[in-house]
Amino acid sequence: MIQRLAKNRDEAWPWLSAASVALSLLMLAALMSLLVVRGLGHFWPAPIEEVTLADGQVIAGHAVREAPLPDRPGHERLYYTANRDLDGALWQWVALDAIQTRSTPADLVLLDRASWGDFVGRLVAVVTPNERLEGEAAWQALQQHLNQRNAVANGAPSSAASGDSHVPGDTYLPGDTYLIVESVEGRRRQQPLHDIHRAQRPNAMSMGENIQTWGGAVWRFLSQGPRAANTGGGVWPAIFGTVLMVLLMSLLVTPFGVLAAIYLNEIAHQGRLTRLVRIGVRNLAGVPSIVYGVFGLGVFVYGIGGSLDEWFFSDTLPSPTFGTGGLLWASLTLALLTLPVVIVATEEGLARIPDAQREGALALGATRLEMLTRIVLPMAAPAMLTGVILAVARAAGEVAPLMLVGVAKLAPQMPLDGEFPYLHLERKFMHLGYHIFDTAFHGEDVQAALPLVYATALLLVLIVLVLNLTAIFLRHHLRRERGN
Amino acid sequence: MQASLPKSAPGSSASDSAAVMHFATTESCLDINDFSLAYAGVPALQHLSLQVPRHRVTAFIGPSGCGKSTLLRAINRLHDLNESVTLSGNIQLEGRDIHAPQLNVAELRRRVGMVFQNPNPFPMSIYENVAFGLRLQGRMPKRKRDDTVEWALQSAALWEEVKDRLYRSAWTLSGGQQQRLVIARTLAVRPDVLLLDEPASALDPISTLKIEELIRNLKSQLTLVLVTHNMQQAARVSDYTAFLQGGELVEYGPTDSVFTNPRLQRTENYITGRMA
Repeated sequence: MIQRLAKNRDEAWPWLSAASVALSLLMLAALMSLLVVRGLGHFWPAPIEEVTLADGQVIAGHAVREAPLPDRPGHERLYYTANRDLDGALWQWVALDAIQTRSTPADLVLLDRASWGDFVGRLVAVVTPNERLEGEAAWQALQQHLNQRNAVANGAPSSAASGDSHVPGDTYLPGDTYLIVESVEGRRRQQPLHDIHRAQRPNAMSMGENIQTWGGAVWRFLSQGPRAANTGGGVWPAIFGTVLMVLLMSLLVTPFGVLAAIYLNEIAHQGRLTRLVRIGVRNLAGVPSIVYGVFGLGVFVYGIGGSLDEWFFSDTLPSPTFGTGGLLWASLTLALLTLPVVIVATEEGLARIPDAQREGALALGATRLEMLTRIVLPMAAPAMLTGVILAVARAAGEVAPLMLVGVAKLAPQMPLDGEFPYLHLERKFMHLGYHIFDTAFHGEDVQAALPLVYATALLLVLIVLVLNLTAIFLRHHLRRERGN
Repeated sequence: MQASLPKSAPGSSASDSAAVMHFATTESCLDINDFSLAYAGVPALQHLSLQVPRHRVTAFIGPSGCGKSTLLRAINRLHDLNESVTLSGNIQLEGRDIHAPQLNVAELRRRVGMVFQNPNPFPMSIYENVAFGLRLQGRMPKRKRDDTVEWALQSAALWEEVKDRLYRSAWTLSGGQQQRLVIARTLAVRPDVLLLDEPASALDPISTLKIEELIRNLKSQLTLVLVTHNMQQAARVSDYTAFLQGGELVEYGPTDSVFTNPRLQRTENYITGRMA
């Protein structure tokens, strides 16, 4: 009996371990597909439904999701109806049993506006100083105007470089062309043309146009700055800030980590003290990241930054230069945070190098330094890169310490620009992780921001992936070159 | 050839356990005088005295743990890195104490090359392996370096096998080729002495034969010291044989007489494999 149990257990454990692997992979796949579907799906031009309700009210918008009714059996559906200037809200819940007719008329337009958000409704007329166009001609004219304006913006760098493509139209048709638009309920509004970013008729678009629109939306998300308190627009400054911060962090952490590992493994007397230091280093990896944030704030920002300000930037005091959170302090704090990872990985790499290699170099008349730099370090390079990979993965996702030492909800300037000295280490920067946090919980309209949260999270995962793949590729290349 | 060496008659004093064999100073390359070494207080070599003749192959034989590898490493000062090692007595290379404070260890190791039991080529190309020691000595015209690399590979009887793939990784070579590469790498810096620590024990019989032939050919250029467990190998390639046991030198003399007519019973027992 006992033997049979033991035998069963013997057969069961591979299955158990396989099941746990499968479960982990499944969760990972679920996570990624959630991010992909919710994040990328947001940019897909969804059809606009025109809905007539039992009480005669007519609304139009994207169907977003359904939920059970709170007070009686049945379901209700959430519509994104836009038109905040007319209705006072972007969203409307509609009980399913109150819906009488649903249709997707081809003439419904979706306008992306600089103020008041999107507009959903019909285009009545385009009015220029010279003429008034109605019906299909109005749509054609609107398209033409927008295309022309984009061409001007792209073709004339002087106006485009002043930046802010999201405040369009300043250089073209200053305010004298406007649209007359009408909501599905029949309320009309005059809409200045220069206020409009884009216009589309989602219900009338072909698959090709859909894909094109989707691609455009994704590209804008990646390449533009945020607007409407981070609930709209793109995340380019955050992408840039994240990557720049991680690169700086790697530059700072690699030399320190590698030197420390070399000292611990190659130079220090292997006694009790070294062992203690080693244990200490390993335990540093387990210190909560916010603690590093506090340390960075106290030592780097207030301590070193404050002193730097007193010595070199006293003319701008009391407004701080380095005495406040910034790119440099954030990178330094994260370098400190990831230092143990690099040390441990490098040490393991050094320990794996056979002593025969070291003795071989010494026996040829190499000094210890020559042995280190010509044999040991090149052989340990893949292990160092492994450490940097782990450090990058950890640093790119870290948000808590950054909130104390330099990340900003909305950074007015990029940390890298054409202005001397080009790299502005004292500036605050935007970060994808913090952007997620801020967008999800601090926007005015969390409902509108949620898809952007998914999209930003997906982007953060992808960036970490790309950074890691680069390092892994580099490591592979190094190993191949050395022939093992 | 050995007869031309002036030496005291071996076996003159049977009461002396350590060998009595002296070369004139002009003939001796390494002079080991009353040398003792201990790891963390545990003696590994005790009051060893022997002379290694120039341009001959001298073999150290003895059971595992007898101290022969320790002695070899001591000649190259590889114990420097181990803080628990204590030494007494001295070793002289061409009349100069290798432990003298003003002596440059790196320079000593360049003059005394060492080949280890397991081939340890560096993770670089074949060419770079051989050029490694040359690059340590500073800049050298590429032409001259190329010539030296070729000469070293030819001396190690490897040139014909690798001349078409000098820039491939050294780790693609077979074990025997790797060991000859390591020898070539050592020869490239033109050492005076070559220490071989069981250089063929990890190799197949054919590679072993090649290494042995190489050892015999190299003695015209330099002094070789060979540590081996293989009695036949010692008999085949060496001119002189030292038998060590328990950290002491038991018998030292011309290989012929040590193998055919050992003075001591202990030596005979070991050589004939009758040792417990």
